Amino acid sequence: MSKPVIATATLAGCFGCHMSLLDIDEKILDLIELVEFNKSPIDDIKNFTKKCDIGLIEGGCCNSENVHVLKDFRNNCKILISFGECAIMGGLPAFRNPIPIKECLEEAYLNGPSVKGHNESGILPNDDEIPMMLDKVYPCHEIVKIDYFLPGCPPSAELIWNALTALISGKEMNLPYEVIKFD
Amino acid sequence: MADIINFTIDGKECMAEKGIFILQAAKENDIYIPSLCNYEGVKPQGSCRICSIKTNGQFVTACTTPVADGMEIENNTDEINDMRKSIIELLFVEGNHFCPACEMSGDCELQALAYRFQMMVPRFIYQFPLREIDARHPKILKDQNRCIRCKRCIRTIKDEKGRSVFAFYGRGKNIEVNVDPVLGSKLTDKLAAKAIEVCPVGSILPREKGFRTPIGQRKFDHEPIGSEYKH
Repeated sequence: MSKPVIATATLAGCFGCHMSLLDIDEKILDLIELVEFNKSPIDDIKNFTKKCDIGLIEGGCCNSENVHVLKDFRNNCKILISFGECAIMGGLPAFRNPIPIKECLEEAYLNGPSVKGHNESGILPNDDEIPMMLDKVYPCHEIVKIDYFLPGCPPSAELIWNALTALISGKEMNLPYEVIKFD
Repeated sequence: MADIINFTIDGKECMAEKGIFILQAAKENDIYIPSLCNYEGVKPQGSCRICSIKTNGQFVTACTTPVADGMEIENNTDEINDMRKSIIELLFVEGNHFCPACEMSGDCELQALAYRFQMMVPRFIYQFPLREIDARHPKILKDQNRCIRCKRCIRTIKDEKGRSVFAFYGRGKNIEVNVDPVLGSKLTDKLAAKAIEVCPVGSILPREKGFRTPIGQRKFDHEPIGSEYKH
């Protein structure tokens, strides 16, 4: 039987959840025995080369590129998992959500203390090459169907390991109290 | 001698003094009924509905319903726990609860209930309302993003003349718990500490102090809320 294939991506996140995935320490060697990695920053495969069994998504959707990648993952992964607070609820990037996008951009490019007076023509980035910012940062499950959620900032290595091994082996997941934390 | 009555919670035989509220009666029988807006020693108001139990086929709040003789109470059932979980999820999406950036994370009762009920993601859409942080007072910060309007501070924190330091302002979904500017400026250290203690979330915070307890030593790091109860 071929190994299950895993893909991972970071959208509007800080890569902390991926660091936590690496934090399973020497068990990473077991993981490589158990699974094969496809599109992921871990092996630097940029595009899907085959259909994957499990997709791990870190970070929420703050721009059009995030939405594109997330939809690509949904189309190519049988099971999609939001891992980390940003993917689940927007996290720190979503601090901007209560504030209208226009005000955010004006603060960042026109009025903020470090830019005031240095952007005389009052340009806001608006090139076609730059992904369009969304009106707010969206949790992944508000964009596509997400099958499982692993909370935490970051989710503990133990939680990630328990979830992946349970999915791969088809056994019920071990969820001790201390592994589910939102911080 | 007070009247002692018999009742059951999830089939377990219990006894309590006639007329006390179900939440208290359950506690005396070492049975946990989750609650949030309730605070021991303060008149209950039954507003958060998390302590809802079922008796006679009806949902009622355990903190405001007196226990009666022969009462059969359902508490720890899938139906009731899912209803409680949905209320917690509503509270999470209704405000701005960024746990990773909150000083009270680990000591927060709302978060602890979410852990207890294994909330992995709320079933509702996040609202991300625009709310202010009120930093005008010398001893405390009032972060409206995290306020769940349980009124614990309003009901508990009174000055020496019995005047309330906190009060509701506004109507409907825009209602806020505000700090009286005059009374807030005269708040004693003791009363400020009490206000911070009664707040179940991270909405009332001490000034010039943050992240006082290291991760691993906080209230709900190792044991779920309600672990002190046998049942």
